[in-house]
Amino acid sequence: MRNEFSLLIGGKAGFGIDKSGMILARIFNLLGLRLYVYRDYPSIIRGGHTFSIIRASENRIATHKDKIDFMLALNQDTFNFHKERLEDNSVVIYDADAVKVAGLSNPAKALGLPITNIVKAENASEVMRNTCIIGAFVKAGGIKWDILEKVLKKEFSKDIDLNLKVARRGYDESKESLRIRSASGKALPLLSGNQAISLGLVKAGLDVFIAYPMTPTSPILHFLAEVSEDFGFEVIHPESEIGVILMALGFSYMGKRVAVGTSGGGFCLMTEGLSFAGMSELPITIIVGQRPGPSTGLPTYSAQTELHFVITAGQGEFPRFVVAPGDAEEAYFWSSQAMNISWKYQVPAIILSDKNMGEGVFNFDIDSVHEIKQDAPYLWDKSSTYKRYQLAENGISALAFPPEKEAVIKINSYEHDEYGITTEDSGQAILMQNKRLAKERYMQNELEKLETVKVYGDKFAQISLLCWGSNKGVCIEAAEIFGLKVIQPLVFCPFPLEQFQKALNGVKKLVCVESNATGQLCQLIKTHGFHADEQILKYDGRPFSLDELEQKIRGIIK
Amino acid sequence: MSQIRLGTNAVNTWCPGCGNFAILNAFKSALAELNAEGLPLENVVLVSGIGCHAKIVDYLSLNSFYSIHGRVTPAAEGIKLANPNIKVIGFAGDGDAYGEGIEHLIFAAKRNIDITMIIHNNRVYGLTTGQYTPTSPLGFKGRSTPFGTRELPVNPLELMLASGATFLARGTSHGSELLKKIFKAAILHKGFSLVDVLQVCFTYFNMYEYYDKHVYDLAEHDPQDYNQALNKIREWDYNSDSRIALGVFYKKEIPTFEERFLSKNKKAIDRDVKINEFLETSI
Repeated sequence: MRNEFSLLIGGKAGFGIDKSGMILARIFNLLGLRLYVYRDYPSIIRGGHTFSIIRASENRIATHKDKIDFMLALNQDTFNFHKERLEDNSVVIYDADAVKVAGLSNPAKALGLPITNIVKAENASEVMRNTCIIGAFVKAGGIKWDILEKVLKKEFSKDIDLNLKVARRGYDESKESLRIRSASGKALPLLSGNQAISLGLVKAGLDVFIAYPMTPTSPILHFLAEVSEDFGFEVIHPESEIGVILMALGFSYMGKRVAVGTSGGGFCLMTEGLSFAGMSELPITIIVGQRPGPSTGLPTYSAQTELHFVITAGQGEFPRFVVAPGDAEEAYFWSSQAMNISWKYQVPAIILSDKNMGEGVFNFDIDSVHEIKQDAPYLWDKSSTYKRYQLAENGISALAFPPEKEAVIKINSYEHDEYGITTEDSGQAILMQNKRLAKERYMQNELEKLETVKVYGDKFAQISLLCWGSNKGVCIEAAEIFGLKVIQPLVFCPFPLEQFQKALNGVKKLVCVESNATGQLCQLIKTHGFHADEQILKYDGRPFSLDELEQKIRGIIK
Repeated sequence: MSQIRLGTNAVNTWCPGCGNFAILNAFKSALAELNAEGLPLENVVLVSGIGCHAKIVDYLSLNSFYSIHGRVTPAAEGIKLANPNIKVIGFAGDGDAYGEGIEHLIFAAKRNIDITMIIHNNRVYGLTTGQYTPTSPLGFKGRSTPFGTRELPVNPLELMLASGATFLARGTSHGSELLKKIFKAAILHKGFSLVDVLQVCFTYFNMYEYYDKHVYDLAEHDPQDYNQALNKIREWDYNSDSRIALGVFYKKEIPTFEERFLSKNKKAIDRDVKINEFLETSI
């Protein structure tokens, strides 16, 4: 009885491993299975080693395992680098013209096909070795040809006949060796976290997206640019991240709902603009996809190292909203909320993602997403003289956008009076700083109505894992093994004190799981008066696999 | 000229004798004329950077975006793209636009986006009390270069011409009438326009006498001719003692960025329907 399995496909960058991973994922999706896809690739265009692990299960999952049931090897590296992942019953399908397999505990489970020769004989391009090996896998897994045909027809608009032919050769020359059972689940859309974030912004009324390319958020720029005509918004790629954020603030001043995307390095350049947004109270949504630093670091890998950075970035003190979603549904819901919150409170909103979150592929169930409420921003009603920074108890002044016949709309990076004219008056400075900070308290009260801290697993357990962002999925699964609780704060600014306190009820031992070297969440909760007992930290750029986290937890709880 | 009131209650803090007064007055006159000719004032947005120049937006009762040092250009571009009917006028200093923000200026010129940049080029940092800028002459003794600069100035108009600007002009703060005319022409020009104003900093680099001796008005010059424009722009390199031409060096009409950019069909799109359609195709 198998109700889940993992598959690894690997080769060189340029082999089309990514696309193949998605084809395989779609096949499993049509079998009613739930999926998670982990993509691992180096920072090069051609060569190196790249692989995808596709894990499928009857249950919802959001992490991968170390061990695999199927290996699809298009080159020798794939076999050599990953043979430790194989178990006795694992099936290795490989291009016998390019790969030698040796030292297998169960050689009968190895299936070599002359893939290079097949592709040559069909006059197909080398990249079609993918289609061939997928055909061989489909047969080996006991999956019906029709399903593969359906997926290929969807994935390939050109050369579909040749692709089908090559896939069929692979299929015909293969043999069934490990049957994959279908499940009863309804096939759900497969989205990357980046796509889910993008759709959330679209839902919130995105007018324009502006970005300078940077891994791991470039896919948001590419995706939004691709669908911009269809969905009716604009996408701009200017000269630098400084240009990006200032251009965005120009749009914001004009009343356009604008978002920008970057990673830590680009965010460094944006911080002067961030502080300007805080002072001038211009709404903006910023996506920061984390990757390991310092500096260029490991550009195509993942980390959770910018929590403190995004919370404190920018000179001066000003309110902001910071959220870190942990799966596709949360990415969709919270990116939408982030944009709404930025307009309601006229603050910068930051969506903290990472490479695993953004480029990981998840099943997306829109029916399970909470209703997204869209509060209209507070607009000027023309009843009195317009003052862009009119004082108010909650700190929120009415917005107006040029051209407005009756109003002069002045925003200012200097301290300013209610009209937006520069001031250095001490009384004004205090009034205005208090006004801006009032918005944070008001925002915090309202946020308590949303689920800003989530709890999973055994809610009465005395040991709880504490995690954030993309570690959510692996922590939930690991907690199940040991019967633990899981606490996942989603919002970090303003910090959800009440909900966090409530989540800690009954917890005797708090184990903080993070993908960084210094325990940033652990430090953050300390500043709010909470204490984590243990830390599990990982900072090699790779995500926790379920097996790995299981072992680490075992070491702690004994 | 119509009797529009453009002033605010802000107290003017420029030094007596500052060249910025001439820019402010010439701009007010230009705008009053444009308003009389049909430009609604609410359709004007001013953008400024940081420096003495930037205070100009506090002194004008018009929509304004008082931004940060070096970043006038990208903010102005965002405003223009958000609504192409808006006349966006950026005021920036030479340290601001030619120093910290030079990259943005080059790209805005390259895009030929329809904004107007007015550069208060006093060739010295005023507000930070007297350091050299990208256009200070070689050997300029400022507070960061007490023994004189060791680098030649940049010729900003030559750089802008090479970058793709389609309207380039120069004025001085001793020539309000010419300045008004140039401002009007720059604002009316469809495309990226830049006016380099030799604005004198009375306190840190008083060049009134020098400019008065060297300047002349461009005559029998064809601004449509790229080579003529280049030659006239190269006549003075912001360093040597040659004659300094004032007026419009270059003017050319070619498609603007926003024309090429905002070409999408603007019909109402039901985003929820579109999102669901996309999700269907993602199974």
